[in-house]
Amino acid sequence: MKLMMSARERGLAEESLAFPAKLFILAIHCPLYGNPIASVNMYRDPELMTIPPTTEVIVGKSVPRKEGLAKVQGEAKYVDDLSFPEMLFGKTIRSTIARGTIKAIQFDPSFDWSQLIVADYRDIPGRNVVLLIEDDQPLLVEKEVRHHDEPILLLACQDREVLEAACQHIHISYEEKPPVLSPEQALTAGEARNASMIIHKTDNVIKSFLIQRGELEAGFAQSDILVEGTYRTGLQEHVYIEPQGMIAIPGADGSITVQGSMQCPYYVHKALKVLFDLPDDKVIVIQTVTGGGFGGKEEYPNMIAGHAALLARKAGKPVKIVYDRAEDIAATTKRHAAIVHHKTGVTRDGKLLAADIDVIMDGGAYATLSAVVLSRGAIHALGPYNCPNVRIRARVVATNTPPAGAFRGFGAPQTCFAYETQMNKIARTLDMSPLEIRRKNLVRAGDVTATGQVLNHSVSAEQVLEAAVTGSNYVADYQRAQQQNDSHKRFGVGLSLFFHGAGFTGSGERRLPTRAGIELTRAGKVRVLTSSIEMGQGTETIFCQLAAEALGVNYEDVEFAQPNTAHVPDSGPTVASRTCMVVGKALQDAVREMKRKLEAFAREQWSCSDAEIQSGKLWVNEREAASFAELALAYLAKHGEARELHGYKLPDEIQWDDNTYTGDAYPVFGWAADVAKVEVDMDTFEVKVLECVSAVDCGKALNPVLLEGQIEGGTLQAVGHATIEEVVVQNGRVMNNRMTNCIIPTSLDTPEMRVLLIENPYPYGPHGAKGIGELPMDGGAAAVAAAVWNATGIFSHEVPLTPEKLQLAHGK
Amino acid sequence: MTIPFKVNGKKYELEAPPMKRLLDVLRENLHLTGTKEGCGEGECGSCSVLLNGEVVNSCLVPICQAAGASIVTIEGLAQDGRLSAVQQAFIEHGGAQCGICTPGMLLAATALLNGNPHPSRDEIKEGIAGNLCRCTGYMKIFEAIAKAAI
Repeated sequence: MKLMMSARERGLAEESLAFPAKLFILAIHCPLYGNPIASVNMYRDPELMTIPPTTEVIVGKSVPRKEGLAKVQGEAKYVDDLSFPEMLFGKTIRSTIARGTIKAIQFDPSFDWSQLIVADYRDIPGRNVVLLIEDDQPLLVEKEVRHHDEPILLLACQDREVLEAACQHIHISYEEKPPVLSPEQALTAGEARNASMIIHKTDNVIKSFLIQRGELEAGFAQSDILVEGTYRTGLQEHVYIEPQGMIAIPGADGSITVQGSMQCPYYVHKALKVLFDLPDDKVIVIQTVTGGGFGGKEEYPNMIAGHAALLARKAGKPVKIVYDRAEDIAATTKRHAAIVHHKTGVTRDGKLLAADIDVIMDGGAYATLSAVVLSRGAIHALGPYNCPNVRIRARVVATNTPPAGAFRGFGAPQTCFAYETQMNKIARTLDMSPLEIRRKNLVRAGDVTATGQVLNHSVSAEQVLEAAVTGSNYVADYQRAQQQNDSHKRFGVGLSLFFHGAGFTGSGERRLPTRAGIELTRAGKVRVLTSSIEMGQGTETIFCQLAAEALGVNYEDVEFAQPNTAHVPDSGPTVASRTCMVVGKALQDAVREMKRKLEAFAREQWSCSDAEIQSGKLWVNEREAASFAELALAYLAKHGEARELHGYKLPDEIQWDDNTYTGDAYPVFGWAADVAKVEVDMDTFEVKVLECVSAVDCGKALNPVLLEGQIEGGTLQAVGHATIEEVVVQNGRVMNNRMTNCIIPTSLDTPEMRVLLIENPYPYGPHGAKGIGELPMDGGAAAVAAAVWNATGIFSHEVPLTPEKLQLAHGK
Repeated sequence: MTIPFKVNGKKYELEAPPMKRLLDVLRENLHLTGTKEGCGEGECGSCSVLLNGEVVNSCLVPICQAAGASIVTIEGLAQDGRLSAVQQAFIEHGGAQCGICTPGMLLAATALLNGNPHPSRDEIKEGIAGNLCRCTGYMKIFEAIAKAAI
């Protein structure tokens, strides 16, 4: 018999339990409304059992990644690995100005255009919009150019060299207009109603929100001390290692099939229907193995799919568009740059009494998902702290820069950097430690957020903070740093405490038609049906684990259907830390229904009163009666097919008012605390992040190895954002659009990371699990900045903390 | 020009423009699509292959330079259907997430372990420093390589 220990259990060696070698059942379970638990699930030898087991056997185990074998052998097919007969390659001709109108487009008459397909906006049979929240973004520019690298024309050719050459023989002339290049400029022009500088609606504001609680002025009046700070975070590029790509294949019946790298097949489906004026069944969208997304493949695939489809329909042949890195960085979305101002009133002993927070984000030239990014940023802007009097004003504005969009964290990392750095500023003002100010103000169960949400379930701010502090030796390191006297290399430690709402904001999950489920296959196995996609985060694996557990079959008996809109239901987009908690729950419910049906069928067939599927077998009257495959095939023989889909029901207790922006902003929050340790070279001002300890409450670790991988990966993205990742934009153009200069952390840059998992179950999540995909991105930047402050005394209001900026701040 | 070389032990004689990238020869001519293109300028390492045992970025190697060489791609790591130790370790220890950097990462790790069967953690970091991963934060990759070395 083999003992299966999860990585989490190995990581918690200090709490290690002695496992008797012969013990075959050990499970420590806590009720759903419990304290953080240590749950231990062990493999049990089925041969020893005569009764079906009742505890988790697959969930909670670090089973191998479902598609891992294909990935380590190079067999996984990404979009660029696919080829079709007569396939052409597509290319996009883009604007070279930030703002203006097209005067003329000239095709060099000396060039042989006979091999090329050329498409412009006039070829679009439906509406020239990239469908998202607003209809403001065209698939191809008609006349008005609103940002640099905006798509104007499309070319396709079978020969890639001819295609590249053709791009050099198109000349576009413009009448340039003065661009709006910063959010400050956009707001000033909007407030002055300066018509020539209004680029969106009447005032350049794409969306604004106001969140209010208590009496702000009264709160300030009661306060002993006011602390103010303005915090800035820069653009961030996703740098998924697989660039954006799509292949479109036209059908003889006017249909179009698109396959490629994406997070949201049904977003693409919806967008293509509008562009081509086609009904549901004439558009098929298939997700190919996706080489990273991080939000970058949430909305942009609508655009590139539209481009590929337009060329394919015009050519009557398949067309592949895969961006090279330069085009991908220059033209696709980035994390919104943000400016966040805090004014906080506190008592002398450090209690928050009033907080006035102003959030401004730069949305770029089109609305994309900016409104929802802003919403999440605003809702999280106070942080996981108690404050009775709050006003959060938030605006996202338009500028003539490439549109910003979804990126892991979705607005929250920006406001988190601001609130955590403001907490440090308050601590500094009061001569209090960063730890003490947090202990005094953090929320606990029963406390209320800025939107008036009473935190009922799975509230772990205190637990994660204490776990991170203890697990990292924070206090001793903090004191050591304050006593150091080496003038060249300075050591420092910083912490951050943060939370992240799982699932869509407010009643979003109530409005979405989320469905997921399973079907039986002709091989007597089970296949998961969902449009939630795998992009590295582990959807395939945890969904197969959830399904296997709920049905009582082996993990190996569950397959994952390739997301294809012709075959899988709309599970909503693969975003917002919702896949596991929301779609996973719908899947679990569907599987349970399938189990009921199969067991009812078995009772009929075996003429018995007790039939149960467990451990991959059918048990009749507690005796093994058939394999699951035999049962499944018998069921299929009688019913022809077996497919069970289920929707997601947001718990009734979740109440949200979109008009007043009050209520339960999220069904539940994930909680985390980061402790970062840095070394700063005081000659070069280079920051080396040495170590990062993250304590995370995930509700339930469905697969500890995958979960830790998610947290470590997200944390490194945050560390990169804090230190070296910078997108340089000049006159509206991304200047560093290469991996040589748009850098991300390498194996030599990464700190040693440790993850401390806390499981405080969420009663409505599958097995108590909460979404944590985005959470690890939120707090790293603030922890690194705090560590640099601890090391050097330089209190930075801005990330990334490049040597140039640190040196400047040091000189002040 | 005809260029002779070996890939995963198999001999080829290819008629190709001498400056065609090894990456494109592998992917287009030989249909070995396990070698990935991430940046096309030698920064990301997704296109790493072994050329006479050394890790190279195949996007920077013109095929003429591969004349007479023996090349190993991701498709050549498993032997007789058995995964190599480092492939197996990547599956068991979470070394692969989205998987796009994985082939290049595995080849860099293979070259490292071939030259240094018991690398220290710092040597592992050094050994894969030319291969970017955006998903994992590298911890699980370090762990997988260390486990494969045991």
